[in-house]
Amino acid sequence: MTTIDAPRSPYTAPAPAKRRRVNWEKWGWLYMRLSGVVLVVLIFGHLFVNLFLGTGVRAIDFAFVAGKWASPFWQVWDVLMLWLALIHGGNGMRTVINDYAHGRLRPVLLGLVAAAVVVLVVLGTLVLTTFDPCPAGAPANLVPDFCSAISK
Amino acid sequence: MSSQAAGTGAAAATKIPAPQHRGGTLYRGREGMWSWVLHRITGIAIFFFLLVHVLDTSLVRISPDAYNSVINEYKTPILGLGELALVAAIGFHALNGLRIILIDFWSWGTRHQRLMFWIVIALWVVLLAGFAPRQIINIVAEAS
Repeated sequence: MTTIDAPRSPYTAPAPAKRRRVNWEKWGWLYMRLSGVVLVVLIFGHLFVNLFLGTGVRAIDFAFVAGKWASPFWQVWDVLMLWLALIHGGNGMRTVINDYAHGRLRPVLLGLVAAAVVVLVVLGTLVLTTFDPCPAGAPANLVPDFCSAISK
Repeated sequence: MSSQAAGTGAAAATKIPAPQHRGGTLYRGREGMWSWVLHRITGIAIFFFLLVHVLDTSLVRISPDAYNSVINEYKTPILGLGELALVAAIGFHALNGLRIILIDFWSWGTRHQRLMFWIVIALWVVLLAGFAPRQIINIVAEAS
């Protein structure tokens, strides 16, 4: 039979655990706050440049994106945003699923979220790193202006 | 809060007042609860938008035409309002997220979480007052 200490008795340290495990919940908790601060800057900057400056969303097309990604600054900005946001969102969804989903449904939903995050992080990173702003054969009016100086 | 705190301490024999009945679906039902509810709802909504947004942006890798045809949908009036809702959701989630950080890491923030909730709401209103006219002008200009 298990015995417990009387209430308010002095704390005695339990026998040292054989092996200290990594406290993943703690690091996840910390990640949400650290990535959150960085994401506030990255996403507000993203929204300001893409939806507010100039004519906002009306200015966005292939040439707009290609013009931005011609600069390493925006490539790094967007790849950071991709990784930080998807992991932040995936971990948030994990928290919500753990709160509401029970039984067999829980591992299924957790697996779906994990798969979506992995697939989109890989896809987005590949798109960003292999992107060609001047694809061969693309009409000149759809690509950025600097393409005409490169081709020919 | 203060009325409940008075019942603790040495006078353990003092009767603790029963919590006020507030119906089955509310937990306390004050600023703390609503900020938590809104943080969840906006977070989930932003996550699902993010899934779509990475996919639509990935079309740049297929062809300029494929990307442009899909991104043109974002310029329609209905999705224009959707972007307004998205910015509203992101604005709240971001500002309330900073409030959560201040609550977790700063004792002053823990004591004044309620005040900070209303500061979050005020900043959120200012943010939308700046963005909404910009977006509505865009919607009208694109539609005409």
